[in-house]
Amino acid sequence: MKERLQQLQQEALEKIEQANDLKALNDVRVAYLGKKGPITEVLRGMGALSPEERPIMGALVNDVREAIQQALEAKQATLEQAEVEKKLAAEAIDVTLPGRPIRRGNHHPLTRVIEEIEDLFIGMGYTIAEGPEVEQDYYNFEALNLPKGHPARDMQDSFYITEEILLRTHTSPVQARTMEKHQGRGPVKIICPGKVYRRDNDDATHSHQFTQIEGLVVDENIRMSDLKGTLREFARKMFGEDRDIRFRPSFFPFTEPSVEVDVSCFNCGGHGCNVCKGTGWIEILGAGMVHPNVLEMAGFDSKKYTGFAFGMGPERIAMLKYGIDDIRHFYQNDLRFLQQFNRV
Amino acid sequence: MFVSYKWLQEYVDLTGITAKQLADRITKAGIEVESVEVRNKGVQGVVIGHVLEREQHPNADKLSKCLVDIGEGEPVQIICGAPNVAKGQKVAVAKVGAVLPGNFKIKRAKLRGEESNGMICSLQELGVESKLVPKEYADGIFVFPSDAPVGADALELLYLDDEVLELSLTPNRADCLSMIGVAYEVAAILGRSVKLPTIELHENNENVHDYISVRVDAQEDNPLYAGRIVKNVKIGPSPLWMQARLMAAGIRPHNNVVDITNYILLEYGQPLHAFDYDRLGSNEIVVRRAKKGETIVTLDDVERTLTEEHLVITNGKEPVALAGVMGGANSEVCDETVNVFIEAAYFNGATIRQAVKDHGLRSESSTRFEKGIDPARTKEALDRAAALMAEYAGGEVVGGVVEANTLQLKDVVVTITLDRINRVLGTTITKEEVAGILTNLQFTFTEDNGTFTITVPSRRRDIAIEEDIIEEVARLYGYDHLPATLPIGEANPGKLTPYQAKRRKVRRYLEDAGLFQAITYSLTNEAKATMFALETAEPIRLALPMSEERSVLRQSLVPHLLEAASYNRARQVENVALYEIGSVYLANGENELPNEKERLAGVLTGVWHAHLWQGEKKAVDFYVVKGILDGLFALLGLENRVEYKQAKREHLHPGRTAEILLDHKTIGFVGQLHPNVQKQFDLKETYVFELDLEALLNVEVDDIRYTAIPRFPSITRDIALVVDEHVVAGELQKAIIEAGGELLKDVSIFDVYKGDRLPEGKKSIAFSLRYYDPERTLTDEEVTNVHEQVIKAVEQQFGATLRG
Repeated sequence: MKERLQQLQQEALEKIEQANDLKALNDVRVAYLGKKGPITEVLRGMGALSPEERPIMGALVNDVREAIQQALEAKQATLEQAEVEKKLAAEAIDVTLPGRPIRRGNHHPLTRVIEEIEDLFIGMGYTIAEGPEVEQDYYNFEALNLPKGHPARDMQDSFYITEEILLRTHTSPVQARTMEKHQGRGPVKIICPGKVYRRDNDDATHSHQFTQIEGLVVDENIRMSDLKGTLREFARKMFGEDRDIRFRPSFFPFTEPSVEVDVSCFNCGGHGCNVCKGTGWIEILGAGMVHPNVLEMAGFDSKKYTGFAFGMGPERIAMLKYGIDDIRHFYQNDLRFLQQFNRV
Repeated sequence: MFVSYKWLQEYVDLTGITAKQLADRITKAGIEVESVEVRNKGVQGVVIGHVLEREQHPNADKLSKCLVDIGEGEPVQIICGAPNVAKGQKVAVAKVGAVLPGNFKIKRAKLRGEESNGMICSLQELGVESKLVPKEYADGIFVFPSDAPVGADALELLYLDDEVLELSLTPNRADCLSMIGVAYEVAAILGRSVKLPTIELHENNENVHDYISVRVDAQEDNPLYAGRIVKNVKIGPSPLWMQARLMAAGIRPHNNVVDITNYILLEYGQPLHAFDYDRLGSNEIVVRRAKKGETIVTLDDVERTLTEEHLVITNGKEPVALAGVMGGANSEVCDETVNVFIEAAYFNGATIRQAVKDHGLRSESSTRFEKGIDPARTKEALDRAAALMAEYAGGEVVGGVVEANTLQLKDVVVTITLDRINRVLGTTITKEEVAGILTNLQFTFTEDNGTFTITVPSRRRDIAIEEDIIEEVARLYGYDHLPATLPIGEANPGKLTPYQAKRRKVRRYLEDAGLFQAITYSLTNEAKATMFALETAEPIRLALPMSEERSVLRQSLVPHLLEAASYNRARQVENVALYEIGSVYLANGENELPNEKERLAGVLTGVWHAHLWQGEKKAVDFYVVKGILDGLFALLGLENRVEYKQAKREHLHPGRTAEILLDHKTIGFVGQLHPNVQKQFDLKETYVFELDLEALLNVEVDDIRYTAIPRFPSITRDIALVVDEHVVAGELQKAIIEAGGELLKDVSIFDVYKGDRLPEGKKSIAFSLRYYDPERTLTDEEVTNVHEQVIKAVEQQFGATLRG
């Protein structure tokens, strides 16, 4: 009997080994461990054994069953694994094929520049003031110390609708309106982005419609050094931490003193290159201390209050920053242009 | 303003400072020097030669054979092609070995068999611009005065060894439209003194009043008119140094009398005019406004018709000059002129500007009057001109000055404290430093305990208030020394307004949904101005448009977005999805500001989604655009307050257009472009929308309130309803929601069918209804009850039947 059992174990293990798939393996299971299988048969024959032999033989039968069972399970796991692998192999895809595209548009480059500037100044405690694009002559010129007859307000340079109404030529009227709303009480701390219009022929460097961002701070004890510190802060955040700025004296009717503001070249770091035309500096802003006439006209006591104002052109900044060579690109809305600004 | 470095040295000592260094210093102090032009274009070895003999070249009609003394060794033979070369002339000779502009080297040569040892040069050949060469030498060589020393450096005599600074002047610095003004500025920067020209005027004992009288009838336009008579002048060339300086400053020399007036204009900034006294036609000068329709032929031989807005100089009867702009041809100085009347006047800038504008005529004179001259120097300039005419035109100055003078010159006095200067600038400048700067500016001042009382010289008409003085101090102190600080004072938090914040979110949403932001022009033509407009008003027209295409303010953003789409399509970019946020302008009546309303518009055309290798391709259709808008309304929390209503609008497809309502008020539209408009813009199937952004963003929306996450299962039932084909899904859905009551949580449409399996004129719409009660699990029975009510409602309202 013992030999028979050992032989059965031997046979079963061989068949398990040979089984190629789960079905074949199951057949082996049924054949050897099933109720009609040879091991069950051996068990049945145990009645003929002596009481001493019976437990020994019983244990042996269990060992054999155990061994076959284990072999079956091991084989089953192997076969299942193989099956899964086969299935996965069949499911392989070409990962280099293109993915399902996500459609994504983006900001216009001018908005990109404007929002960046807005956020910089919001971080410094400014709010954003907006105003009408069709303006009264008073706010566009007179309130800004450009009385009637001043050469800078020539009919030829502005789009007038009537004698008293025109398309604003700068965003400064928003400053005048905002100051007026404050009724002579500071502080005023605003930046004003927006569209402006001048009577220019459109070419690579001129556009009859363009954008401006201006800033205004009015309070007691505002100093010109505050203007310098503020703009230096702006230049560093906008163009890089190692930027510097310089003031050059200039003239604007609404500020006194007036300056042009240069930023050290962000392309070459100030050594001189074609972006800064070899000077190491790039003109970015016009600025100055608010002219006392402008303060007074808006209802502020110019003996008590001082202020600074600055203005810049998002087109120019975008052109410098991105190397754009023609201002008309901003208004043609060619997707091949717009799409280039679709990432961080 | 062109400033000759050599000439400037007449007035201020420039020792130890190069033209380039000077330019940098001037720029830093406030006047931008745009360029420093080196006048020598690489010329070497050109000297003054004396033409001793000149004869016809034996083998060439157009060439001359000259024997020229060049101041070294034997005279040399030079072949010259200039038609005006003649015996006895002093000329510029490029010697053998000399170099002319363009690195052109002069060699010994044989021309038609005759030896030539150098070249006699025209001014152009020495690098002078043609427009500056005196007319008589325009086509030949330049003839120097007979006293020009043989062998001397011709470049030096012609100021071609000079450098010229081009100043870009801001309108407030008209004082620097003169050499003397520039000298004051340079002296202030360098801390040096100014040498003014000395005037040696010898008058004869006649009285100018016996020759001429002056009357000004328009005193506001002309507060000061002064004149002198210079008798017996001999018209001829002006001295070489004067011609050379004029050319350096960009003015072509003419003759001694005209050159002197131009020279004084440059030196003093005072425009002068020289009349031929004998051709004036009377003995009086009357300055008045022109009569309407009156005419004058100006020096440029153009007849100009005048109006009452123009100021004229007359001889009592007819105009002899358009005041401050240009003289008349009738009284022009010519070669035969003997007696000259010199005018030195102060005209009102605005009056002159009007004439310049109306006649499109800007001159060196008018520019200075427009920007404002120094009236305190008018008569000095007149004296200097008369003295120079006596000296260089052989004239005799008649005694006295005729003048009409109502000018009231008042000293401008500004008082300012040191403390105020430092408070405005944020500096710690000392009293001594301020005093030093004012001294260098040659401002007269007194100082008492930190208070400066400053008398501003009349040449600096731009300085009138404290801030002007602060600027003078700041720019000469140097902005580089200004500290960088930040404002002290109460700090307000900066932030966007709710509207601005929402608008940014709208932009970002649309971009993430696949649209690109466009910015188009606000000005358009009359036809496009009102196309597609949500609200229309009278078109707002520019008074002086530059073109018809940009003459009227837009009332809708759509037309220019269509142009952008068309622009792209013409460049093979067929798939376009653009949006724009911008203003439209609705008139409010004459002299009222229009209503500016912010709109959101978009244009979509071409393929919306393509993933070709997986067989996906979807063109833009109405529902693509509607889906984007639905997402937008959901973003703004308005999805349950917005409705779409089938609509007909001009320029849009009559069957594929919806009006969009917010709280039952129309706020926009979405639709397919009408084929006719499509063709007009050269587009394929295209969809557009426009919304009243202000209505969308200003409407009150509830804050987000948390509701409990469902804890009980929901039950879903589907129904397919067969209705007449004109019944719209939206209405059906509304009825279902109403009938479903509280338990019905979601209704979605999952199928729409029209075709063979339904009777003619019918369609089927399949809805999926989800029922849910947050408090408990619904029973089948409860749901069935409600569901049956729903079915009953649509049966009654729409005659709907359940599809079997």
